[in-house]
Amino acid sequence: MGFPDRIERTLELAHPPAKVWAALTTDEGLAAWFGNEATIDLRPGGSARMTWTSEGFTAEMRVERVEEPRVFGFTWPVYGLPDEDPRRTYVEFTLEPSGPGTRLTVVESGFAQLPEDVYRKAFDGNTDGWAKELGELADYLDAA
Amino acid sequence: MPRDIEAIAEQVFAALADPTRRAILATLASEGPATATDLAGRLPITRQAIAKHLALLAEAGLVTAEPGERRRVRYRLRSAPMQVAQQFLAALARDWDSPLGALKDHLDRSTH
Repeated sequence: MGFPDRIERTLELAHPPAKVWAALTTDEGLAAWFGNEATIDLRPGGSARMTWTSEGFTAEMRVERVEEPRVFGFTWPVYGLPDEDPRRTYVEFTLEPSGPGTRLTVVESGFAQLPEDVYRKAFDGNTDGWAKELGELADYLDAA
Repeated sequence: MPRDIEAIAEQVFAALADPTRRAILATLASEGPATATDLAGRLPITRQAIAKHLALLAEAGLVTAEPGERRRVRYRLRSAPMQVAQQFLAALARDWDSPLGALKDHLDRSTH
């Protein structure tokens, strides 16, 4: 059994899709349950930002899919990786009418992805990094 | 997921499961490249034991050997395998259950 590449949850909500959609895709909605503060530019390619004030943590998201009121998707950084790390996971909410309510599915995927450079570095005897950078600094100072 | 990625993560976790290797990696991370002799001076472990662990860590690709001063071999931490393992930890650390519970409560509380 390997590590999970995706996390999936489904829940039944006793509220119509339009109301669930508003909770997922508006500043006020997101701030009410997800982060403490939220701003969202709701269009593919738009940016969104959520802040968890008690943790002192901010997530920069990029809106990817907006198909009201059925599909909302965004990417965000992988929690625990440095800010400058290019890896991101994709989160997609799917809303299906279910009687008077909504069946909501959230899938977060991409935990096992690796961009080519990280993949390569993990295998190769790559000795770049600080040694090289400090060497360049020394060269620069010597030349100055 | 490709098997070899999982193999990398497994080597990281196996390395970290041993307290001596954890101490060696932690020292290299915080203080930079060091020889086996340097590490023996900083850790309560014999030079022989350290050399044995360093060989194992180099074999796993978690440290890399390079020429140091006075023809001594110096070891440097390789962070790339750690980054692979870190991503797996991220999947385990992600909590969706709490926010989804909060979403449910939020919808039940709001009137429109």
